Parts: sequence; C-alpha cells; structure tokens
Amino acid sequence: MAIPKVMGTEIEYGIIVKNDPDFDPISSCVLLVNAYREDPAGKILWDYDQENPLADARGFQVDGEKYTPNQQENIARNKTLINGARYYVDHAHPEYSCPEVTNARDLVVHEKAGERVVEISRREASSLLPAGAQMLLHKNNSDRKGNSYGSHENYLMDRRASFKQIVENLMPFFATRQVYTGAGKVGSENRGYPCDYQLSQRADFFETEVALDTMVKRPIINTRDEPHADREKYRRLHVIVGDSNMSEYTIYLRNGVTSLILSMIEDGAITKNLVLRDPVRAIKDVSHDPTCRREVTLEGGKKLTGVQIQAEYLEMALAYAASHDIDEVTADVLERWQYVIDALARDPMELSREIDWVIKKELIESYMDGKGLSGDWENPRVRMLDLQYHDTRPDKGLYSMLERQGRVDRIVTDEEIQHAIHTPPEDTRAYFRGECLRRYPGEVFGVNWDSISFGVGDEPIKRVMMAEPLKGTRRLVEELLDGSADAGELVKNLRA
Amino acid sequence: MRFTTGPKRAADRRLPIYGAAESTQKQQPKGGGGDAADAKSGEGGKKMAKKGEELKEEMDELLDEIDNVLEENAEEFVKNYVQRGGQ
Repeated sequence: MAIPKVMGTEIEYGIIVKNDPDFDPISSCVLLVNAYREDPAGKILWDYDQENPLADARGFQVDGEKYTPNQQENIARNKTLINGARYYVDHAHPEYSCPEVTNARDLVVHEKAGERVVEISRREASSLLPAGAQMLLHKNNSDRKGNSYGSHENYLMDRRASFKQIVENLMPFFATRQVYTGAGKVGSENRGYPCDYQLSQRADFFETEVALDTMVKRPIINTRDEPHADREKYRRLHVIVGDSNMSEYTIYLRNGVTSLILSMIEDGAITKNLVLRDPVRAIKDVSHDPTCRREVTLEGGKKLTGVQIQAEYLEMALAYAASHDIDEVTADVLERWQYVIDALARDPMELSREIDWVIKKELIESYMDGKGLSGDWENPRVRMLDLQYHDTRPDKGLYSMLERQGRVDRIVTDEEIQHAIHTPPEDTRAYFRGECLRRYPGEVFGVNWDSISFGVGDEPIKRVMMAEPLKGTRRLVEELLDGSADAGELVKNLRA
Repeated sequence: MRFTTGPKRAADRRLPIYGAAESTQKQQPKGGGGDAADAKSGEGGKKMAKKGEELKEEMDELLDEIDNVLEENAEEFVKNYVQRGGQ
C-alpha cells in the first residue's frame, strides 16, 4: 500500500538589479532575504548538522566538501518562516522551499504564497537601493544565455520501493510530462538545436539519465538520498527535471500527477513497458515540438509521441484509481489530467487557459500578430514577453496580468494564498515548526526539516527530532503547545 | 481566435474544489465551449460578425495592456539579463 505523498517544492528565482553597474547577485540575495521581516522574528540558524546532500540513492557516499557556513553567515542567509517554509540564499539565487504539504492543492497554495513572500521582500529591498536602482525577480529557470537554475519537487516515498524500479518506471514519464508541465521558452540554448519556441525552460539542460549532480551535467533522475526523515522507512525523491510554473493549474497537475505516479510505483501498478531508447534525446525532442506530434523511440523500436506516452500512464492511473482508494484531490487531478491529455491530442492550443507553455505561446503569438511581428521570434520585444511572463511584480508580470483579466484558470483563491504567508499547513510537521517559531521566537536556536532546537536559559541546546513528516500536526500537538507557555516548558512536556 | 474572456469558459463551471464544501456537484472539465455552440446555432452572420468585433476589441485591449506594462527598453534588458547557473 502506497504511503501518503508528503511533498514540497524548492524554487530558485532569477535576480537582477536594474540601473546598478555594481550589481552583485549574492549580496543582492542577502539583502532580499533579510528585507523580509516577520513578526515575531528570531535569529535562527539553519541546522546543517542534519544534512547530507552527498548520499547517493544507489547506495554510496560521494566525496566532496559539505557546505557549512559560520554562524553569522548562516543567520544572514537563512530564514525559517512561521508558515514552516525556508527562505534563503542558495549560491547566487534566492530560494523558497515551501513547507511540507500532503496534497497538490495545498502545494499550489504554498508555492504561490512563496511568490508573494519573494515579492514583499523585493519591494522592501528595492526601497533600500540607491535612487533609480530597482531589484527585479523572475520565477523562471534560465537567462537564455546558457545559465539555468532550478525548480525542484520533493516527494516522500516508501524506502522499500527499489530505486532501480523507480528509475525504470519514472524515466519515460519524466521525459514527457513537460507536454503539460512546461513553462515555455523562446528559442534554445546550451547547444540545443535551434527552434522558435519550446515547451520547457529546462529540457536543454539535461545531459544524462541518472546522477547525483544538480548543477552540472544535470540528470533526468537525481539520486540524492537525503530523506530529511527516518531513513529506515522513507526516501525523498528529489525531482530536478521540472520548470518553474506560473499557472496554478499547471502546478496542480505537475505535483498531483507525479505524486499519483509515485504511489502507483510503490503499489507495483506501472505495468506497461515504456522504456525509451534514449531519454536524454527524447526530453529535448518532445520539448522542441509545440505541435506535440513528434515521435520518440521506445527500447523495442516502437514509436510514440510524448502525449501518447503520457496517455499510457493515464490509462494505468485510471485502472489504479478504479481499484484503490484515492483521495478527493487526486480524483480531481486525474479528471483534469484526462481532460488535458485529450486536448493535447486534438490541439495543444486549446489549453491556453490552463497550461503554462500554451498560455505563454498564445500571449506571444497574439502580440506578434497584432504588432506585425509574426514569425519574428528573435525580436527583443518577443524575448521580453518570454521573460516578463515570469516577473513577480503583480502590476508588471505578464502572467499576473492575464490572471487579473480572468484569462487563465485558477485552482485556489487569493484568500487562501494570503493566509498561507503566515500560517503553516496543519497536517504535517510543518505545523509544529511554524508554531514553535510563532510562539517561542526568542528561544528557537536552530531548525532543519527534521529537527528544531531550543536554547532555554543557560541550559545546553535541546534538539527535538521530527523524523515523521506526518506527525507534529495540529491534531497531535496543538494541545501540547497550548499547555507550554515557553520553550522550556515545551521541552519539559515533551519529556513527560 | 486567441484569448477569450467574456463568459469565462471554464471558471464559471469549475468551483474551487473545497471552496463550496456543501456543494456535492462535481465540477466538469470543460468540453466544447459555449462559443462553438453559438456559432452553429444558425443565428446567422450577424451574430458571428458581432462576435468577431467583440473579439477584435478584446484583442486590442490585450495589446494595449501589454504595451502598458512591457519593459520599455526590451533590447537592452534582455541583453543584460544574465544569471549565474544554479541547481
């Protein structure tokens, strides 16, 4: 029986400062992250002791330097928020890792709340810059000059599912899901063959099938084995093969369908052999064809389009849903997935309210037609549309504009997103994390996904482990928190 | 024709899935839109022409809106948009 799919996303944003000849991305990121002020605010360390990004799911440990900043740098680069999220500086990009949630709908709410957190701090940071300078952020994955940065998804999986099985069952799915998860991009890069427009921001950057790297020679399936939970029971699938999506509908499908497929893998329900002859080539071939008609070759020589491969997964999913208990959100995801696959098979452009790459293509082509620029994909204004689609400013971002005008479909409400900026999900350990930060701000010393430590008076630091992502929920700990006036009492009550 | 707003094709029919908890009505993914049905209803050319005008107006509105927000110096901006590689 598949385990509940606790999930989250980590989004790196593109950052620039306009009209600043001395623009430095790292110091701008530090300024940005520190411009976000929460009430109550604490100086909290990110607890790197608990991290091991060099463990490989295939069963070995890679040599390398583990990054551990000093205390001052740590506090300057890491913010843990009262909604349970981590907002921090990763290399030369700001990154927002949303709190753990249990379903794709909550994921949409919290990923969108992250966009607003980033935008709030962008406005604050901009006000601190010299006159004329302005910080801008883009929720995208590439600068169109060969530099890419990620949008990662995480899913909790049963440790008993073999990694080899996961790889085999997932590879064709990951090579082709971009037909409905792509964020769209004008042109190609990173030695990709030329095209006007492609489905995915990231496809040009995948160079190998399976590996531990995330920054060079990027793999379609990443092997990082760092569960941030009880490693005897769980693995965390770290998915790096996705785009940063703007459309709520697209985010919903991306996480909803993927989590369903992972449950099916745990239950042995991927019964068709869809193994691709060359997944790295296939991911690019599928991305570079907005008609969705190009075929890729399976191991046995059979040829299918990306949409047809997804339709095969859909067929297995419908059979799975008929014989297993699936939750309300997954049932809704399945229905929409079916609708989207049918539309893609007819004409992808029918999905101009739902799927990012189609919404963006429609926007750009409308503009080109209206301005006498038809076919001029190299035009700077066309390139600008591509970029500005992802701008986080509500008054300037083109996706925001379409949303405001009611030209795209939504999944959640503004009220829910606004609420999630200050409130953790109630049904995961993120609740315990967020509530501790809210209730005992001066006494939280350090945080990681699976631990929180308290500095109470002169006593040694007390670390509380949270190895179970589905514990620490409101149902389980609210009473305990209500009965603990401070962190000292909480620690005492936990021991009682 | 491109982007349509008007009676939103799907949003009207699709309730937020938890939004109206008391509603047991299952939202239907959109099938053929009302637009196509109108076009086939035999009301004739007048209606089609009106529809065409509305769509053109809507398109002009969209283009104006884009021009209002689009970065002025696009060429400079896209040229200078350089990021460091990340994950």
